[in-house]
Amino acid sequence: MIDELLARGASPIHALDARCRLTACLLLSLPAAMAQGLAAPLGILGLGLLLTLLSRPPLGVVLRRTAAVNVFVAFLWLFVPAATPGEPVWTFHGLTVTREGLDLALLTTVKANAVFFCVLSLLATIPAPALGRAMTALGVPAKFSFLFVFTYRYLHVIAEEYGRLVVAARLRGFAPATNARTYRTYAALLAMVLVRAYDRSQRVYQAMLLRGFHGRFPSLDRFRAGWPDKVFLCLMALAAALAAYGDWISRSGHA
Amino acid sequence: MHISEGVLSGPVLAGGWALSAVGVGLGLKRLDYDRLMTVAILSAAFFVGSLIHVPIGPVSAHLILNGLLGAILGPAAFPAIAVALLLQAVLFQYGGLIVLGANVFDMAGPAVACAFAFGPLLRRAGKARAVGAFCCGFFAVLLAALLTACALALSGEGFVATAKAIVVAHVPIMLVEGAVTAMAVGFLAKVRPELLVHAPTR
Repeated sequence: MIDELLARGASPIHALDARCRLTACLLLSLPAAMAQGLAAPLGILGLGLLLTLLSRPPLGVVLRRTAAVNVFVAFLWLFVPAATPGEPVWTFHGLTVTREGLDLALLTTVKANAVFFCVLSLLATIPAPALGRAMTALGVPAKFSFLFVFTYRYLHVIAEEYGRLVVAARLRGFAPATNARTYRTYAALLAMVLVRAYDRSQRVYQAMLLRGFHGRFPSLDRFRAGWPDKVFLCLMALAAALAAYGDWISRSGHA
Repeated sequence: MHISEGVLSGPVLAGGWALSAVGVGLGLKRLDYDRLMTVAILSAAFFVGSLIHVPIGPVSAHLILNGLLGAILGPAAFPAIAVALLLQAVLFQYGGLIVLGANVFDMAGPAVACAFAFGPLLRRAGKARAVGAFCCGFFAVLLAALLTACALALSGEGFVATAKAIVVAHVPIMLVEGAVTAMAVGFLAKVRPELLVHAPTR
């Protein structure tokens, strides 16, 4: 359920320095998210798809996640085309679909998918501990990275504990329905998970103090950015700049 | 209640990042290393808790739990929620890095605000605590839905209908969150009262 299905691999993307991938992901997402015309996000979408192919992910995972992202997009298609004022294209039972509405829905779809494939290929391929260190290296407060790494570390433990409690409840005949009893049971399950998480955190912290923890983790593997990493980052920065420039040109062209 | 990438306009995205950076910064400042581990593991517990789907009539919705997190962690709920949402982006690609700021503020802002507003009630016993906890759960989701709707509505006229639908769809979730938060806080007050002492006093 909460596995990093894409983080391990032997592809050229996985071989890149984690800091470079994180930076490249930010650089590419920015013009895609800010664009007002279709060209820039379409370009980034193409690049994102190419990067995703290069990272050689399991196809099933990609398809499932693409579907999940596009559920929200589909929800927008229900509302946006008819809610945007503009030139009517089609009228149906008092709802007027406008050209502007369709354009906005299409633009949103392309943007959402463009950023999605950048995140899928560049961010999801970084294992969480490496991402924590990459964030610190790029100036994110150390405490935040600490929280991130340990939240990830205990996610699986807590999920397992919750699973056990649910099984226990089910063995005792618990069947969820819309009633006070169900909500009380879930509240008790949840509170029990919190109590156990709290107790565990006390134990873990004491164990860390015992081993001499004083606020930072010395790590054995170092980041090393060689020339392929630098070339990759430069190329991605160039692509992002091109996309931003193209969008700016098309915007001033319309004005 | 995620806003997906590509919807919000530039100023709204930038505003979300700025507000979230301030909130996370303030939350981290008050958080020392003694409590960091507790916040991390509770944040994991909330990540798992928010995967719980509860039946509401014919459909089911997942719990959001930002009110309960605020009630337990106080201002530290801000970085805790930020971390949980970043993890969702990394693990499931729910929203990217650009929209993260807005999503964090939409969830964490109400959590901390409710903790400050209803914190004094949470420290009392009996009915007052239950009412305070219900309000934490209820208003944290209400405010989160309103902030999400505002972010959408500010980004374009075409999103106003979507924004309204989001608020309406969350009304039953608010009630369930309020009830679950009240019962969970009651449980915690009996079993581990020390978990609730970090709720803000003023």
